[in-house]
Amino acid sequence: MFPFTYTRATSVHEAIEAGERGGRYIAGGTTLVDLMRETVERPRALVDIVGLPLSDVSATPRGGLRIGALARMADVAADPVVRQTYPAVAQALELSASAQLRNMATIGGNVMQRPRCAYFRDVSAPCNRREPGSGCSALEGYNRTHAILGTSEHCVATHPSDLAVVLTALEATVHMVGPEGRRATPIGQFLLQPGDTPDREQDLRPGELIVALEIPPLPRPLRSGYLKVRDRESYEFALTSVAVALHIRGGVIHTAKVAAGGVGTIPWKLPAVEQHLVGRRPSPDLWAQAAERAADGARPLVHNGFKTELLRRTVERQLRIVGGRS
Amino acid sequence: MNPENDAGHGRSGVSRRNFLGGGLVAAAVTPLLNATAEAEAAEAASATAGGVAQVLVRAAVNGAPVTVLVDPRATLLDTLRERLDLKGTKKGCDRGQCGACTVHVDGRRVLSCLTLAASTTGHEVTTIEGLADGDRLHPMQQAFIEHDGLQCGFCTPGQIMSAVAMVDDEGPARSDDEIRERMSGNICRCSAYPRIVDAIRDAQQVMR
Repeated sequence: MFPFTYTRATSVHEAIEAGERGGRYIAGGTTLVDLMRETVERPRALVDIVGLPLSDVSATPRGGLRIGALARMADVAADPVVRQTYPAVAQALELSASAQLRNMATIGGNVMQRPRCAYFRDVSAPCNRREPGSGCSALEGYNRTHAILGTSEHCVATHPSDLAVVLTALEATVHMVGPEGRRATPIGQFLLQPGDTPDREQDLRPGELIVALEIPPLPRPLRSGYLKVRDRESYEFALTSVAVALHIRGGVIHTAKVAAGGVGTIPWKLPAVEQHLVGRRPSPDLWAQAAERAADGARPLVHNGFKTELLRRTVERQLRIVGGRS
Repeated sequence: MNPENDAGHGRSGVSRRNFLGGGLVAAAVTPLLNATAEAEAAEAASATAGGVAQVLVRAAVNGAPVTVLVDPRATLLDTLRERLDLKGTKKGCDRGQCGACTVHVDGRRVLSCLTLAASTTGHEVTTIEGLADGDRLHPMQQAFIEHDGLQCGFCTPGQIMSAVAMVDDEGPARSDDEIRERMSGNICRCSAYPRIVDAIRDAQQVMR
């Protein structure tokens, strides 16, 4: 690790001041400490924000959910309100990492996770995210686990978070506080595709701090769930994953929210699948037809061509699991 | 295991020896209520090593108050092993993947290799050394012995710490599959898993 100074922020205001001066926020540290040891991350100053009062989880007035940025993954997964209102959130968290890591890692940090691409983590390999302009080793390298959607010639790494896939499906909002006050942005705009600036991963300005993630209210009854397909049964990142939420009334699907993980450079919203579902009656044929649209625009690499079909099948299976109980 | 990783190696210009030696300004273990030691510690808090301000940590380790001055880069794992001489906590991968370094912070299982020692101020840390009651082993330790839930034993302290918190902090598992899922953060390279599951299944009956 490179040397750094360490301070604890005792208020949000104090944290933002330190952040504005170039301090890096650290909460659970499960990504940052790991990457600092690999010298991928080299912050000069760490600002520990764990003591700030940002860990509340609460239902919002009209049936949404607000999750404090510093709530631990394990606590959110176990929260009765979360489990009752948005079971997909709890499922995604429980399928993430290990129990120890879920006790440490926070919700804000989970969304801020950096890529798991082996070349990004290897400081001897060219990587445009780590060192803009140096090239992308994964394009011509071993790219079996990489993205097929939202890629650019500069980067093909997937976004590793499970939770962010659910938040993307449910169109959550990221609440931030910064030197210029409060700001909120949809998670679909907060997480950035690599494009020409792969080193810029979030729409986060200097000194800005995530304070909460908010899931908007959706019509009830709502069924939701998260399915994760991986090489190992536990403690592994997704090859493909799908979050689905459906509001079915009178035998007709009125609301459909669907997003996929493990396939995009950011969690990948599937509007074509959603649109095919809305206004129709649940049936095995409908799930199959909707899932056919899941990989629209996919651009497989040399080693991850299997993800295109795996994505379609994961979507179909999860639509059947969530929507097929009638 | 890569001991050079802990303190940053050649590139940062700070050797492991400097790192460990330079930080030992305060006594490694100092009773919290000792006024002289407090004053010494406060003085030491302004110390720097390699140009970086050291951080004063006050925590409880296995029930005893501990005050220790650390380099901000020091992990809880290295501080336990190298500074407090608690070598029961093992360094396996040192990158949050194997679980060998599992300890409890405020009763919850965490990875000490990804925890900065500086962040533990005000918290209670429990290691494998703090589990037994005198000569009487914790039921989980006893169960691992009775079921021979190990081969080389290197992952065992982490397995046991993880299993104890799994039961005490999170609630007993309802099936063997659930034990396997909830213990998936602890890797056993000898693959003693069947007997580890046996040990945990038995111990959680006694722990209720």
